[in-house]
Amino acid sequence: MATKSLKKLGSDLAQSNRQLEILSKGIFQNGELPTFKAKISETNQFPLKAKKLEILQINVGYMCNQVCDHCHVDAGPDRKEIMTRDTMRECLEVIKKTGAHTLDLTGGAPEMNPDFRWFVEEAAKAGIKDFIVRSNLTIIRANKKYYDLPEFFKKHNVHVVSSMPHWTRGKTDKQRGDGVFDKSIKALQELNAIGYGMPNSDLRLDLVYNPSGAFLPGDQTSMEKDFKKALLEDFNIQFHNLFAITNLPISRFLDYLIASENYEDYMYSLVEAYNSSAVANVMCTNTLSVSWDGYLYDCDFNQMLELPVNSKVKHISEYNEELLEGRNIVISQHCYGCTAGAGSSCQGNVA
Amino acid sequence: MSKTYYDPADLRKFGNITEWDEELGNKFFEYYGKVFEEGALTAREKSLIALAVSHTEQCPYCIDAYTKDTLQRGVTKEEMMEAIHVGAAIKSGATLVHGVQMMNKVNKLDG
Repeated sequence: MATKSLKKLGSDLAQSNRQLEILSKGIFQNGELPTFKAKISETNQFPLKAKKLEILQINVGYMCNQVCDHCHVDAGPDRKEIMTRDTMRECLEVIKKTGAHTLDLTGGAPEMNPDFRWFVEEAAKAGIKDFIVRSNLTIIRANKKYYDLPEFFKKHNVHVVSSMPHWTRGKTDKQRGDGVFDKSIKALQELNAIGYGMPNSDLRLDLVYNPSGAFLPGDQTSMEKDFKKALLEDFNIQFHNLFAITNLPISRFLDYLIASENYEDYMYSLVEAYNSSAVANVMCTNTLSVSWDGYLYDCDFNQMLELPVNSKVKHISEYNEELLEGRNIVISQHCYGCTAGAGSSCQGNVA
Repeated sequence: MSKTYYDPADLRKFGNITEWDEELGNKFFEYYGKVFEEGALTAREKSLIALAVSHTEQCPYCIDAYTKDTLQRGVTKEEMMEAIHVGAAIKSGATLVHGVQMMNKVNKLDG
């Protein structure tokens, strides 16, 4: 189990250009597998273009109380990149005028940003329709100062989306660290107790499943059924929907794939599972990702690979929805992760 | 020629069997796909059965494929190992139950 980020360890793979080099060379350079560009060109879907903006996803910082094996952010307690209140103010200006209906706050553990609550309160005033916080659950039990987070979420009608790799302790702790399962269960019970995730409740609680190893997620509907049955029977926990998300071969998951000698097989699996009908709705076509320092990306994965939007507008301070619409999406081979099987996005399946 | 009888990369080429007999190959894959669809049994249950049979058949390709398939369906290590024991129990039971035939024969020849 990791305890430090790749960045802190000084790993080669903490460098985005090193990751992009791996994703472009080897099996994709020698023609064994088609590049993502070549693949989507087969069905005339290149270049991928941004449609109307629906989701503004803001990464408020890479700091996290956990160091998960698969983390594409390379987040952890040692990451110090945190969005300042000034950048948040710039985001708020955009939130007030954007046509996007969903604001999606992510990290790291977004709650660890010292201005998180201020930002949520201000953003709530702006009246966004769906307001998501990607919470890792354990943060709610990590420290006394976070114990009231469920009530805070409820007060602002925040839609809580939480990671839960499995309904058993062993598989969860293997991926996310010792003790994570028990804390997550406790946090889910607390959220349920105030109405989150209950049938017919407006307080949305969705779970995110992503595989604990070098394999793709199974069918989202079947997995949801299994999760619901097990969590209800074993812990009396309820939730609304399960989003099955594919691990993208970047950052810490790429490091794991290479170290475990699974990289090539995993890329084969992704390419074999390629589904051209998932391409039309990949999340980068309706989402814009904002980094902790205010720069704009097509998605959170491109943010981590430091692939900025292909537009004159590069920063939240110069935001212009018209200029950003219709831009060409920046792609590489990691994009296969979002087009495998039923497709994968922060909102689950797309096909 | 490969120096070993089995090459993991060959599993990916399974579909190529249609190249030498398209009709039968396609019929097989159509049947195969249909068998594993959700039915009276869930796809998850079918995958576990397939994993157990893969072991009793001692087919490395199948073990490779259904270990991955069961993992993808959220099956735990404990469930996987129990399934294999079911296969092993039937295998050993099938051997031992023939002991009755041996006993019958001994009783007839030397009773």
